[in-house]
Amino acid sequence: MELTEAIILSVLAASTPLLLAATGELVAERSGVLNLGVEGMMIVGAACAFGGAWLTGSIIIGALCGMFAGVLMSLLFAAMALGLAVNQVATGLALTIFGVGLSGLIGARFVGERITPAPHLHIPYVSDIPLIGHILFGEDGFVYLSLALVVAVWWFLYRMRAGLILRACGDNHVSAHALGYPVLKIRMYAVMFGGACAGLAGAYLPLAYTPFFIPGMTAGRGWIALALTVFASWLPGRLVIGAYLFGAVTILQLHAQGAGIGIPSQFMSSLPYLATVIVLVLLSRARTGGSTAPAALGTVFVPDR
Amino acid sequence: MQLILEKRAERSKTVALASPLIAIGLTIVTMTILFMVLGKNPISALYVYFIVPLADGYSLQEIAVKATPLVMIAIGLSLCYLANAWNIGAEGQFLMGAVAGSWIAVKTQGTGAGHWVLPAMLLLGALAGALYALIPAICKVRFGASEILTSLMLVYVVDLLLDYLVRGPWRDPQGFNFPTTAEFDPVATVPTLIEGGRLHLGSILALVVVAAGAVLLGKTIKGFEIRVVGAAPRAARFGGFNANQLILLTFAISGALSGLAGIIEVAGPVGHLQPGISPGYGFTAIIVAFLGRLNPIGILIAGLFLALTFIGGEQAQITMKIPLDVTKVFQGILLFYVLACDSLILYRFRIVSSSPQVARGAH
Amino acid sequence: MNRNLLGAAAALLIAGSLTSSAVAADKLKVGFIYLGPVGDLGWTYQHELARQALVKELGDKIETTFLENVPEGPDAERAVEQLVRAGNKLIFTTSFGYMDPTLKVAKKYPNVHFEHCSGYKRDNNMATYSARWYQGRYIQGEIAAKMSKAGVLGYIGSFPIPEVVSGINATMIGAQTINPNIKVKIIWVNSWFDPGKEADAAKALLDQGADIIMQHTDSPAAMQIASERGKLAFGQDSEMIKFGPKSQLTSILDTWAPYYIERVKAELDGTWKSGDVWGGLETKMFEMAPYTNMPDDVKKMAEDTQAAITAGKLHPFKCPVVGQDGKEVECKGGDHLEDGQILGMNFYVKGIDDKLPGK
Repeated sequence: MELTEAIILSVLAASTPLLLAATGELVAERSGVLNLGVEGMMIVGAACAFGGAWLTGSIIIGALCGMFAGVLMSLLFAAMALGLAVNQVATGLALTIFGVGLSGLIGARFVGERITPAPHLHIPYVSDIPLIGHILFGEDGFVYLSLALVVAVWWFLYRMRAGLILRACGDNHVSAHALGYPVLKIRMYAVMFGGACAGLAGAYLPLAYTPFFIPGMTAGRGWIALALTVFASWLPGRLVIGAYLFGAVTILQLHAQGAGIGIPSQFMSSLPYLATVIVLVLLSRARTGGSTAPAALGTVFVPDR
Repeated sequence: MQLILEKRAERSKTVALASPLIAIGLTIVTMTILFMVLGKNPISALYVYFIVPLADGYSLQEIAVKATPLVMIAIGLSLCYLANAWNIGAEGQFLMGAVAGSWIAVKTQGTGAGHWVLPAMLLLGALAGALYALIPAICKVRFGASEILTSLMLVYVVDLLLDYLVRGPWRDPQGFNFPTTAEFDPVATVPTLIEGGRLHLGSILALVVVAAGAVLLGKTIKGFEIRVVGAAPRAARFGGFNANQLILLTFAISGALSGLAGIIEVAGPVGHLQPGISPGYGFTAIIVAFLGRLNPIGILIAGLFLALTFIGGEQAQITMKIPLDVTKVFQGILLFYVLACDSLILYRFRIVSSSPQVARGAH
Repeated sequence: MNRNLLGAAAALLIAGSLTSSAVAADKLKVGFIYLGPVGDLGWTYQHELARQALVKELGDKIETTFLENVPEGPDAERAVEQLVRAGNKLIFTTSFGYMDPTLKVAKKYPNVHFEHCSGYKRDNNMATYSARWYQGRYIQGEIAAKMSKAGVLGYIGSFPIPEVVSGINATMIGAQTINPNIKVKIIWVNSWFDPGKEADAAKALLDQGADIIMQHTDSPAAMQIASERGKLAFGQDSEMIKFGPKSQLTSILDTWAPYYIERVKAELDGTWKSGDVWGGLETKMFEMAPYTNMPDDVKKMAEDTQAAITAGKLHPFKCPVVGQDGKEVECKGGDHLEDGQILGMNFYVKGIDDKLPGK
């Protein structure tokens, strides 16, 4: 029982940065923008968040710094891919190269410093209920924030008019434009939201996970977030399942080793990626309404006037 | 007043020529500011980045060695992108080619096999790359699954396969358990061209590939089909071109070239199979393809230019103690400017009145 | 603006001296190739500290340069050669993966001297150096067995290479002298450096009942987790007490400075010779961080063991060494295993209830 609880807690923590970054990317992709620069936005977010928290001693200010840095990075992307109609794939990759370098420059002065990590929630009595108490009321704030964010995004996309318009931009920008919606402006907001989420996801690492900054500490999590949006077939609910599944595979693989079960770890590690491909194929085959890729994903749009 | 982007009626030849120069000019201005902020002399820094590597034969060779895989992969990718097939998994196809080709090298090790080994390795590498690239292409054509994402996912799968092989079955028995195969036999090694240098046969092959790409696109019907399918899908349908067939074809070519680049890199500069044989060639090549405007000659220039910044970055670390991160920022800024300026070949800015009525009236 | 013009003139001068390879070399140039960023807080960081110590000691006679973040692939050979061409006469390549590239460049430039860390290929102008970290692991094993209440150690491994495997074995042999029934749980994270994954591994080990964390990876993440959970841990490569003031028992500190200084002095005197230095506590190739967070008797035991190893009275792999299969390992070194057996160690000792990956 205790081990189960511990594993669930580890999975929650390991999945949170993935879920945060993927939620942001999902919104951007739903508006029709493929931003491959998630890793770059995350690592800059991590560096700035740590810097902010270290200078002020406040986790919240740190998190805000990370989000702000993510937004600035995403604006750079938006200026290129939306403002100048540059290919999104190339821009996203350039953003990652740029971000990795920039984070190193920013973070160089914080290397070797350490902060007090984000506190875990503790509600007297409630948090002490076995199993449920710890899981539901005993993690750090980011974990619950990420889940709240998914719910909010779901509500926005499916229950609000603005969300409908955003999806329309992603599915057919020409029609959305013809109906009089400012496609580029909407996409810019979506990209900025993606940047804020990626920045926050990056911030989670030095603020809560391992409370120090080291260059390259995102270690490819931004790319996994991209995979997750596909795995989830662009549905917020499935994103949660995907992120936790991915986190679970990572953690269980470690536990399997600790317990002396000898499966080559490479096979376990490759499962999520293979699963993503298979899921994508199955979903594309099934073509159930609205669950496939946004039709205009990754395409350039320049409004006719 | 509002600034808007609008499509030009035709490509601007003037901008096409001026764009790289403007981009480099803007990069130099930005970097000058950055170097001054960092307290480095901007002029000597730029000199070290751009001129020093061009000043001697050794560095020129190294630029060619670094550019070889980038150019080879980017040529294949440009075909895909022209045909609107979004292969971004070249890194995986590169690794697959490297793994498959190495299989022959590992199995023939020390058997005294003849000179057929290297050609067989190159062939198998190209074939494996092509087959691996066909997985996302088939998923796209048969099931409509986004090739952008499936090709990206498959990168990680083959990366882990390579990792497994060199840590397990293919590990060098004399290698103290380190994750690498034994050094390939001479018959399994790509020959170098200049005594004492690293320039190898692969660089010549890359030039052949560039020429072949130029001929394919400029002189053949298939090349014409590729361009039409990408630029005007509707027209292509009326013309009876089979877009799906072209997706399969361009993916296969692109995969083959990536796989070939992979096995050449392993059998050439590296000399054995190990994890980390690619410092992200497959991804950098995407940028090279776009920097070269999806044009074979452009790609050759772009590949050499990007290679120059890598070599220059090392020079800057050595002679001026400029951290590697600055080089990455520099590359990022350069890419942004080039991509942005190139956009103005197809589009132009126009100032319009922000009042919607007037805008409509002017329409 | 004037300053810039001056700068330009200076730049041209510098550039002139760069291109003409005849550099007036009154100072010896020493180059370093690093695997990670200098701020990785672990492996590369320690090499960088040693380089700084070297500059402090011999700064008036030498000039040092480093290339950081050099991947162990096709770029490594070029990086080494770039240092040679920049006039460096002694070059330290500080990761195993640079072995073949260093060798290739060494063959090309017989007049330049190379020092490769942790490899096994040598040449007339290419020496190798490494440290007998297993000595420190043996001491850690003893401490761990004393301090563990559960009798279960958690071990985070990077890759199952001999250096890491011999570390695990030495730990177990040391621990078994205190508690013959000690258990170890091993998790391979397949990376030298991924703080998130190292933290996950530490959590998994603690959750599975281990109460002491040992690591052979480079970041302080595992120490941090142990500290959060109020558990004990050993640092790796560098001093990590900052990340676990109440957790760090000790840490194996890579102290390359004395070796670097000695070799550079030899180069300056013209007495540099190729060879293989595999130094241990006796030559201060590595050191143990202060023994903290343990009772005095455990501390005394650790210090005694350290003294015995330093004096050559105790060898962690003294015969008989019994493998997992229960058979005694052939004793090629007299009363202890021969260096070659340790350098190529590819088996677990008895008492490890796990399978070595790839076996």
